[in-house]
Amino acid sequence: MNLFDIPPAAIVGQLMVGLINGSFYALLSLGLAIIFGLLHIVNFAHGAQYMLGAFIAWAMLEYLGLGYWWALLIVPLVTACLGMLIERTMLRRLHGLDPVYALLLTFGMALLLEGAFRLKFGATGQPYASPLEGGIRLPFAYLPAYRVWVIAASLVICLTTWWFVERTRFGAYLRAAHENPQLVRTFGIRVPLLLTLTYGLGVGLAGLGGVMAAPIYQVNPLMGSNLIVVVFAVVVIGGMGSIIGAIAAGFGLGVVEGLTRLLAPDYAGIVVFIVMLLVLAFKPAGLFGRGDL
Amino acid sequence: MPATRPLAIGLLLVAVLALVAAPFLAYPVFLMKLLCWALLAASLNLLVGHVGLLSFGHAMFFGSAAYVTAHAVKVWSLDPVLAVMAGSASAAFIGLVGGLLAIRRMGTAFSMITLAIAQLVYFIALRSPFTGGEDGIQDVPRGRLLGLLPLDSDLTMYYVVLVAVCFGFWLIYRTVHSPFGHVLAAIRDSEPRAISLGYRVNQYKLTAYVLSASLAGLAGALKALVFQIATLTDVSWTTSGEALLMVIVGGVNTLAGPLVGAIVVVAMQNYFASFAEVVLMLQGLVFIVVVLVFRRGVVGEWKAWRQRRQAQASGAAT
Repeated sequence: MNLFDIPPAAIVGQLMVGLINGSFYALLSLGLAIIFGLLHIVNFAHGAQYMLGAFIAWAMLEYLGLGYWWALLIVPLVTACLGMLIERTMLRRLHGLDPVYALLLTFGMALLLEGAFRLKFGATGQPYASPLEGGIRLPFAYLPAYRVWVIAASLVICLTTWWFVERTRFGAYLRAAHENPQLVRTFGIRVPLLLTLTYGLGVGLAGLGGVMAAPIYQVNPLMGSNLIVVVFAVVVIGGMGSIIGAIAAGFGLGVVEGLTRLLAPDYAGIVVFIVMLLVLAFKPAGLFGRGDL
Repeated sequence: MPATRPLAIGLLLVAVLALVAAPFLAYPVFLMKLLCWALLAASLNLLVGHVGLLSFGHAMFFGSAAYVTAHAVKVWSLDPVLAVMAGSASAAFIGLVGGLLAIRRMGTAFSMITLAIAQLVYFIALRSPFTGGEDGIQDVPRGRLLGLLPLDSDLTMYYVVLVAVCFGFWLIYRTVHSPFGHVLAAIRDSEPRAISLGYRVNQYKLTAYVLSASLAGLAGALKALVFQIATLTDVSWTTSGEALLMVIVGGVNTLAGPLVGAIVVVAMQNYFASFAEVVLMLQGLVFIVVVLVFRRGVVGEWKAWRQRRQAQASGAAT
C-alpha cells in the first residue's frame, strides 16, 4: 500500500497510538536502564511492578474513592517503597554473585505477582474511567485529551529523569558508583543506600507507568507480561543502561510500530523484534550503547 | 576419585533399572512427559551450567520442533524417525540463526535477546497458517517406527522415548567431558583468558548453542509424538521459564539435576493441574527460595554434602 493513499486522519490516529505505546515503552525501559546501569541486574519483575501500579490505582478508586490524580502521586511512592524493601531484603543478598541469580529472583517475583493477581481477578480486565474528558479537534483528526496528557507527561518525566541522572549531584554519585563503587565508598558516599534508592526509583517509575496506563488499557493481571518482552527488545535496541537510548528507542519504536500497523498490519506485533535483530546485526551494543556492556 | 566410581556406576545401574521398570509402576504418559522435559532442561543446562549462557528462549526450539514434527507426520505422512529428525534439525537451524545474533552479546543482554527472539518465533507461530494458530496441530498420528513398529501403545512409545532421551543425555555427557567441553568450561570461567589462549570463543559458544538447540528440539519433537499435539504453549515464554526452573531446582551444571528438576516441576504441574494460577505462584516462589537459599539445587547440594562428609572422613583418618 502506498503511504499517500492513506487518509491523513488514519496516519495521525496511528501516530497517536504509536506515541502512546511509545510513552510506556520509554517509561518502562527508562526504569530498567536506571536499575541496570547501577545494579547491573535485569529487573524481570518490571512488568509485574507496572501491573501492580495499575492495580493499586484501581483499588484506591474502588475502595478508598481516591481518584486518578491522587493515585498519580501515591502509587509511585508506594511501589518505590516496595522496591526498596525488595532490594534490602532479597536483592542485597545476591550482591557480588553472578547477576543471573538476580535475574532469576526477579523472574520468580514476576511469576508470583502475576499468579496471585490472576487468582484474584482472573484474566479479565477491570475498567478505569479516564480522568480527562473531551479532546482537541484538529482539522483532520481528533486527539483525546487524556492521550495527549499521557504523551506529554511521559516525555516530561523521561527528560526530568535524564536531567536528574546526568546533570545533578545525586546523579553524578550514581554514575560514579556505576564506574567504581569502591572508590566512591572511600569518599564517604553510602553506595549500598544508593543501590536501594536506585532500585526504588526504577520500580517507582514502573508503578507510575501503571497508573498512567490504567485508563487506556484495562487494568489486567496480564498487562505486565504482555509488555515486558517488547520493552526488553527496546532496551537492547537503545543500548543496555543508556538512559537517553531508552527514551529515544521507546518513543521511536512506538511510532515505528504504529506506522507498521498502517502499512503492514500483520507485522505490527513483530516489527520491534525485527528492528532488534537488525540493530544486533549491525550495531551489537545498541544504538546508544557503549561496547563494554 | 576411586571411592566415588563404584557408587556412580551403582547409581547409574539403579537409575537404568528404575527407568526400564517405571512404566509398570506409573502412568507411561506421565513418565514420557517427565523424560521430554528432562531432556529440554538438560539441553538448557548445557548452556547455563557449562557455558555460562543463560538462554531465556529455549521454548522456541522446543515448540518449533514440535510443530515441524507434528506437521511432517500428519501432513507429509513422514516416518516418525525422520519427522523427529526434521524437527530437531529445524530447531538447530533456528539456533544457528538466532545464535549468530545473540552470541555477540554477553551476560544479561544475551538472556534478553534470546527471550526477544523467542517471542518473535511465538508471533510467527501464532500467525502462520501451518501451525493452526490458537488450535495448534491436533490429532498427530504416532505412526510406525521405521515403517515396522506401531507406536500407538503407550508402552512401546515409552521405550522409544527412553532410548532417545538417554541418547540425548549421553551426548551431553560426552560433550561436557570432551576436549571441546573443557574449552567451553574455560570460556565460562574466564572468557578473556580463553581468547588470549587463541580460542575462537564465539565459534565455540555458537556450536554449543546449536547443539543445545537441537537437543531441545529433540525433546519438543518427542513431545509432539507423545501427546499427539503441538500448541502455542510449547513456544511460549512460560515453557522457557519452566525449563529454567527445572535447571535451577535440580542443580546447575550437574548431569542428573535436570531429571530431578523435571520431576519436581512436572509433579507440581500435575498436582495443581486445574489451578494454573497456583502453579504460576508456586513456580515463582520456588524460584525465589532456590535463588536465595540453595543456589546449588537438589543434586548440587547433595554433592556438596557428600564432599563435606568425605573431607571429614579423610580428616579423621589422618
